[in-house]
Amino acid sequence: MSAIILAWSILIAQGMLVIAIACHTYRLIRGPRAQDRVLCLDAIYVCAMLLVLTFGIRTGSSLYFEGALVIAVIGFASSVALAKFLMRGEVIE
Amino acid sequence: MTHLEDLPAWAALLTALLVLLGAGLTLLGAVGTLRFRSFYERVHAPTLGTSWGTGAIVLASILCFSVLGSRLVVHELLIGLFITVTTPVTLMLLGRAALYRDRTEGDTTVPPRAILRRALERKGAQLPPPPPSEEA
Repeated sequence: MSAIILAWSILIAQGMLVIAIACHTYRLIRGPRAQDRVLCLDAIYVCAMLLVLTFGIRTGSSLYFEGALVIAVIGFASSVALAKFLMRGEVIE
Repeated sequence: MTHLEDLPAWAALLTALLVLLGAGLTLLGAVGTLRFRSFYERVHAPTLGTSWGTGAIVLASILCFSVLGSRLVVHELLIGLFITVTTPVTLMLLGRAALYRDRTEGDTTVPPRAILRRALERKGAQLPPPPPSEEA
């Protein structure tokens, strides 16, 4: 019984995370200015990382953890580069 | 679904609760980015997902794998630590870039640099020099 509850909870949580990504994508497309878009890109990276973590719990494989870590690192690097670009007009000076 | 049945009931229910909590907080943050009016309000919304959204899902993952493996598995803490350290850095850079862009466009809704300078001088401190591209 508890396994069924857990499986359904993970499924519902994945649905919630997908809806969150959809909300952020709407703001990413609609967002009035460039900084809103960069903010939403960063948030989408975090949501995708959480989604991969829930896949890891669901399948019981620890491989997903490494994927989630890589997504987190790439998200940080890209957001910092984009923020720097907005500030200075170039990434590497 | 075989490994989920190996979990004892308390661990399964706690994992389910933590996963739902994390995903629900992340969803609330996403709704916040849709509903807030200005960028400076919106910049706060996704932090709901990066603080306890990430924390709860990481805790659920730690609990699940620790009970399944009968040993303490804490490598997920690395993700939580990384997100906790990097999110303020990103958002501070982004906020400063947005403020700089708004000021150079002459937006009157953001506080100008003169207010900050006066407030600092009253405390006896100096305003750091503006970024070099500001004069250009």
